[in-house]
Amino acid sequence: MERNGTMPKIEITLKVNGRQETWRVQPGETLLEALHAHHYRGTKLICGTGDCCGCGVILDGRSINSCCMLAAQAGGADLLTIEGLAQEGKLHPIQEAFAEEGAAQCGYCTPGFIMRTYAFLQEHPRPTEEEVRAALAGNICRCTGYVKPVAAVLRAAENMKS
Amino acid sequence: MAHDYYEPGTGNIADAEHQRTRQEARTRVVGQKERRVDARPLVTGAPVYAAEFEQPNMLHARILHSPHAHANIRHIDKSKALALPGVHAVLTHEDLPRVAHSTAGQPYVEMSPYDAYLLDSRVRYVGDWVAFVAAETPAIAEEALSLIEVDYELLPAVFDPLEACKDGAPRLHEPDTTHPNAGKNLGSIYDATHNIAAHEVIRHGDFEAAMREADIIVEGEYRVPYISHAVLEPHVCVAYLDGYERMIVVSSTQVPYHTRRQLASVLQLPISRVRIVKPRVGGGFGSKQEMLLEPVAAALALKTRRPVRIEYSRQEEFTAARFRHPMIMRMRSGVKRDGTLVAISMHSIGNASAYGTHSFTVTRSTGHKTLCLYRAKAYLFQADAIYTNLPITGAMRGYGAPQGFFALESHIDEIAHRLNMDPLEFRRKNHVQKGDWDPVEGEEIDGVWHSKRQFRSCGLPECLERGAAAIGWYEPFDRGDGKPIRRGRGMATAMQGSGVASFELGGASIKLNEDGSFNVMTGATDIGQGSDTILGQIAAEALGVGMDKIIMHSADTDSSVFDYGSYASSTTYISGGGVKLAAERVRQQILEVAGDMLDCSPEDMSIIDGVIYTPRGASNLTIADIAHETLYGRHRQQIMAKGDFWTDDSPAPFFAQFIEVEVDTETGQVRVTRAVNALDLGKAINPTLATGQVEGAVTMALGYALSEELKFDEQGRVRNPGFVDYKVMSTLDMPKMTTILVEDTEYTGPFGAKSAGEVPTNGMAPAVANAVYDALGVRIRSLPITPEKILQALDKQKDH
Repeated sequence: MERNGTMPKIEITLKVNGRQETWRVQPGETLLEALHAHHYRGTKLICGTGDCCGCGVILDGRSINSCCMLAAQAGGADLLTIEGLAQEGKLHPIQEAFAEEGAAQCGYCTPGFIMRTYAFLQEHPRPTEEEVRAALAGNICRCTGYVKPVAAVLRAAENMKS
Repeated sequence: MAHDYYEPGTGNIADAEHQRTRQEARTRVVGQKERRVDARPLVTGAPVYAAEFEQPNMLHARILHSPHAHANIRHIDKSKALALPGVHAVLTHEDLPRVAHSTAGQPYVEMSPYDAYLLDSRVRYVGDWVAFVAAETPAIAEEALSLIEVDYELLPAVFDPLEACKDGAPRLHEPDTTHPNAGKNLGSIYDATHNIAAHEVIRHGDFEAAMREADIIVEGEYRVPYISHAVLEPHVCVAYLDGYERMIVVSSTQVPYHTRRQLASVLQLPISRVRIVKPRVGGGFGSKQEMLLEPVAAALALKTRRPVRIEYSRQEEFTAARFRHPMIMRMRSGVKRDGTLVAISMHSIGNASAYGTHSFTVTRSTGHKTLCLYRAKAYLFQADAIYTNLPITGAMRGYGAPQGFFALESHIDEIAHRLNMDPLEFRRKNHVQKGDWDPVEGEEIDGVWHSKRQFRSCGLPECLERGAAAIGWYEPFDRGDGKPIRRGRGMATAMQGSGVASFELGGASIKLNEDGSFNVMTGATDIGQGSDTILGQIAAEALGVGMDKIIMHSADTDSSVFDYGSYASSTTYISGGGVKLAAERVRQQILEVAGDMLDCSPEDMSIIDGVIYTPRGASNLTIADIAHETLYGRHRQQIMAKGDFWTDDSPAPFFAQFIEVEVDTETGQVRVTRAVNALDLGKAINPTLATGQVEGAVTMALGYALSEELKFDEQGRVRNPGFVDYKVMSTLDMPKMTTILVEDTEYTGPFGAKSAGEVPTNGMAPAVANAVYDALGVRIRSLPITPEKILQALDKQKDH
């Protein structure tokens, strides 16, 4: 949607991974497009229609599909993306669990899975396998058969307890 | 021989035994659940994919697709599009050389017709390419597409292969006289007049004579649909001219070297001016065993002299990428009352779509990769691939075997039931055994069968035994009799190859660094299957170091050794074989220097965890010391070697699928509740990655069994181009899964390994059909097994 110079840009201020940023966005630009335009490329464009949860980010504590939200609506928001999870190079326990379980194969769906898991475990720190499956029902993976991602979420929950 | 042909080569068991004695039984890195070498970038969202590659001043390209299934382009007016501010180039068929080629990522000479043109004055399916645009932004490029005026002359179209091969049907292609094998039935169009892209007949033994010995003859026709790879990373690439006027294409591809050759041909550039760089690929499954967007970006980059990026949308992935061949398969076999199979035949009619890429090889593979699973006196196989005006069918995980095994393993189940025999017992009685020669891959000369391969390893008996035990095959279970939800059990067996016999080349070069680490530069492409990790483990094991000393670099046509690419289950066996040879040579070079320093013969020395050992035990030298000595000391040299591997062989992995289903007789819904997957892969180089391959393949096959189908309207348009209407499996559809790895050592493979990635795609669909029969007594012979088909079959059952 970023047709150069033909439409007025909208200035928004938001927090991205803990840092205050000011973005100039187009009226029709999605949050995902704006993230990519600002070099946050870890969040993936897979379907562009909200059907695969591959573009998942955390907006004010809620997990959302960034392909289905306009960037202009994110003004004032507190945004967490896949790039914001590791701290000073140290992997977040969810990332550690996905790596350890071999839950990433091609890896394209992985940021979406991890961000969805992040939001889910905030609310359900001790989930059952059934609850994990229900929470990830909208996340499409074409490589793993979901066995290892589900195991990774359970492992992450275990690791985050201690 | 001058090349690195693997020593046994002749494929007999005595040689294999000899090889075994040379192999160390104990491994330190191979067989371990090493973390993937790319785990960290994948879980942190680091920019490792082609989609994230950027260049300054990059333009964005879009493609104008045909709205018609079959038409001539009378005239194209691109003036309005070119006049749009921000548009840099519009290319039509008038602007590009008309070079007949195949887009199949196959070695030269491709076993696929040269029936494609980058752009042509004729379009042959809804979605075919009409024009390319490069503009400042994707949105401007998109807008420009709507300003291109095309005057089409509509032609009659044909969508059904059984209609397309009749006299008088609309004809899609002229004979491809430019194919290097034109007229030889080795990939060129077989019969353009009747739209027959490819045709083959294989006979082994006297089929009709064998059938006369049979007590019972069983026949059946099976159908499988169009399906999409639904690969999550769409096709994407960036092309640019570097300062030396070379065309650099950073692409999400499984086949960088084949793409380099084909792109050079299509754009009439010397191969030396083309470099294909493959970053980490976000899934392939065969969809990227093709040249697709690379020449589009490159042509626009040549025209504009600016970097050009192009990425398919999800809609384009579902309408104008590549798809699994739909197939009609007719089975007719004879069996004796005691359960001995005497003759098997199959006739596969594949939908070759608008362009015949991979059609010959996929359609023949429905028989070649499947019928060899059973012993019989005679085999008859016919393959026909027929052009239609539908989106392009190509390579997809399993490559004909998922289609063929749906037919064969449903058919075998039907035969067993006709004999009142347990389907598992029938398979045990008839499946191939270790030491057998392939009865289908070969040729009959003067009545004598010359087979191309021997099954030196075969863990199928163990797969069957452990799989049956895990599912409780012989134990009673609640079948839900008299209730709306019925339960049943089903099974299927399968096999595949490890690479394509005689059609592979792969390997690596390995270079020692001064700290004792190694650069492993391989032509193999990691598409998620984990080849960088697997090949790294093979290198580490053979070198005598840990994974922390291995730095993987894969698939850049300028810097890595030639490799046919990641497809046909070839990477571990073929590229891994080459990596192992390279590592052994580097190890030898290290030991020669160390031997000189320690006054010891290299033959008596070894390397364990990076430390040099002599017969007296650990020396005070490490690999890092040797590296320093060679880079700065008296033995100055760069320790480095390459290894590559090819073979006339293709060892078969074996697979057994056992499942339990619940069928709701009121809604027709089928649910797989338990799945036991037993795979004989020779050796699991990395058990975590191997089970991951199995779980993913079985899940993909579950979608094939139950829900996935690309649907078309009467004009040939895809009706369900998105994840809402094209249903792939989700976490909620998944059965409780158990994966069993069986390791029947394949002594020609690196550390005993054969393949793992494709064979588990072959069992689920027939297992579901067989389990539904077990639950309801109705036989569904076409995929997907939808609620509608179940309810219709139940209605029919009631009428009888």
